[in-house]
Amino acid sequence: MWAILSILVENKPGILFKVTHLFRSRNFNIDSISVGVTEDENYSRMTITTYGDDKQIIQIVKQLDKMIDTVEVKQLDEHKTLFRELCIFNIKLSSANDSMEVNKLVNAYGGKVHDVKKDSLMVELTATPAQIKAFEELAKPFGIIDVARTGVAALQRSGA
Amino acid sequence: METMTGAKALMTAMEKEGVKQVFGLPGGANLPMYDEFARCDIRHILVRHEQSAAHMADGFGRVSRKPGVCFATSGPGATNILTGLATAQADSAPMIAVTGQVPVAMIGKDAFQESDIIGMANPVVKYSFQPRLPGEVPEAVRKGFYIAETGRPGPVLLDIPKDVQQNEAPMDFPDEFKIQGYHPWNDPDVASVQKAVDMLVNSERPIILAGGGTIISSAFSELQSVAETLMLPVVTTFKGKGAFPENHPLSLGPIGMHGHAEANKMMAESDCVLAIGTRFSDRSVGTFEAFEKRLKIIHMDVDPAEIGKNQTTNIAVVGDVRASLRIMVKLLLQKSLKKSEDSVWIKHVRETKEYWKENLKIHPGEMGAAKILRKLRELLPKESVVTTEVGQHQMWASLFYDVIQPGTFFSSTGLGTMGWGFPASIGAKVARPDVPVVDIAGDGSFSMTENSLATAVLEDIPVIVFVLNNSTLGMVAQWQRTFYDRRMIGVDQGGCPDYVKLAESYGAQGIRAQSMDELDKAIKSALSSDVATVIDIPIDPEEDVLPFVAPGTSLSDMILPS
Repeated sequence: MWAILSILVENKPGILFKVTHLFRSRNFNIDSISVGVTEDENYSRMTITTYGDDKQIIQIVKQLDKMIDTVEVKQLDEHKTLFRELCIFNIKLSSANDSMEVNKLVNAYGGKVHDVKKDSLMVELTATPAQIKAFEELAKPFGIIDVARTGVAALQRSGA
Repeated sequence: METMTGAKALMTAMEKEGVKQVFGLPGGANLPMYDEFARCDIRHILVRHEQSAAHMADGFGRVSRKPGVCFATSGPGATNILTGLATAQADSAPMIAVTGQVPVAMIGKDAFQESDIIGMANPVVKYSFQPRLPGEVPEAVRKGFYIAETGRPGPVLLDIPKDVQQNEAPMDFPDEFKIQGYHPWNDPDVASVQKAVDMLVNSERPIILAGGGTIISSAFSELQSVAETLMLPVVTTFKGKGAFPENHPLSLGPIGMHGHAEANKMMAESDCVLAIGTRFSDRSVGTFEAFEKRLKIIHMDVDPAEIGKNQTTNIAVVGDVRASLRIMVKLLLQKSLKKSEDSVWIKHVRETKEYWKENLKIHPGEMGAAKILRKLRELLPKESVVTTEVGQHQMWASLFYDVIQPGTFFSSTGLGTMGWGFPASIGAKVARPDVPVVDIAGDGSFSMTENSLATAVLEDIPVIVFVLNNSTLGMVAQWQRTFYDRRMIGVDQGGCPDYVKLAESYGAQGIRAQSMDELDKAIKSALSSDVATVIDIPIDPEEDVLPFVAPGTSLSDMILPS
């Protein structure tokens, strides 16, 4: 099972280390992680995506909750959550036709094209991890030179 | 607000917490705090190795249920306490470790005696603080003590840079403080306790499994009341040993790898267990699968993360186990629930207990472990405090030393730290100077922290070290005999050192006991001695600890003495 965890922590040095150390020492996996300060600068929000069976996910949430620096730990319901990841691709172009095809693909996924060169272009894509993966599969035949991803940012929708 | 140095603020804040003594060893980076001992009422107890300071603080904390305090300098001083922190964390013992650190501006520069102790200690502490300004010290101390002793207790590290100790600031010692993300205690859910009662009453073969949490929360009378009212036989984990008087008719003793035969048998036959303050460790329950197949499990624990971690449970009651048991006692009284003393199950339990009392074969020699430990039990007043080291002697103590007064037996059960028992006994004696304190030891473990004899003698802390000396790393040797075809590698201690001479060289009393008569005299002499005593008891190096549940098998598959 894939799970999105939203963790509100006190905005103090060393807490990212403690959270990631917990995952390591308890034998849990981090799929992606993003951290940023919240509207109240006393707090940061970490969004961690992880894999595990139900029992493991419950245990991860409990262990995170037990940490003294965590103020609130929630497993977000995908269907009631807005979650997105920013991904930047550097894609190889072998012909003029490639450029057109990649542009079409980027448009279909609502991405933006940057920095078009003769033999490569950059793509900025904000989407769900599943959409990013689908885009990546379709872009592969052109040749992906580099990828950078931010990890998921997520918030539960109001009233959900 | 008074202006003072960070070091003075540290000592003042600790005095406010009721600290009477600190176990420690000075060095360059903690000299400012050491200088404060000249101006305050806190006693300093000097150790010969920082690991021992941590174990002393741990032993003090377990016995007094208030955090013991240890001091170490930066770098190697700090890394030397890591084993002590990990031991306390594994056994949920309240403790405060205060380390010196290089000055703030030097942190990260690989300065002399710099170590990132906050980073290294992270997984083995409940929490840690590194005040960067002198004014932050009082609140760190206040919060540190609060965190160490509330909820599920544990060790807290205060790492204080030298300039933070030296520099002055106006100090505020707050009574009130807020730790937003810390909720040490939940109120037990009464409805869940009611369900637990129903489940116990409707089971045919119910049993209580009392863990270390029962001792930490002093739930002794509540446990006894529930057991007697519902006629529930009581087994314990090794850490829970002595949560229930072991001479009580319902007591079966510890379960586990070296549990009592009757305890393992009855645990394996039970259909419903009330598990109190235990994490179902592998050493206690054997294979989890075998444990959960037949059993309905009620789990009471203060730590919500323990529910379902190792063991799926039918009913969970989260909260201090004493509070949970009190609710149970009340519910039982209200409904006048009382079970018969003559149920089929209880008769069977009694017969099984009787059978093993008569039929468990023990070492035939005069100086067999069972006879030695029963002699110790016979001569020690029941309120005596016992610690153990780790190994065969520890498991023999579990099998043959009955704890009569609850909460008087302590051991490194989680981390299994050899060398813990002796310094811990010193900490215990500081907490309870009025009772005899005995470290049941093996020669291998005692070797690891034997230099604490200096502390015991010079600081006038007369503990008794009871060394079952087989001149072997006995438990390892037993595994090599059992699982490695008698290939004995790296276990022979070669009769070295001579523990009587060793004790005498420190100014302690050393007595060798080679017969039951000599042992009798030695124990009596130790009990009336005003210096620490080491009793060296040579035993058969081939004696095994039995029964033995091999790792990865179930409690019903015991290897028994042949």
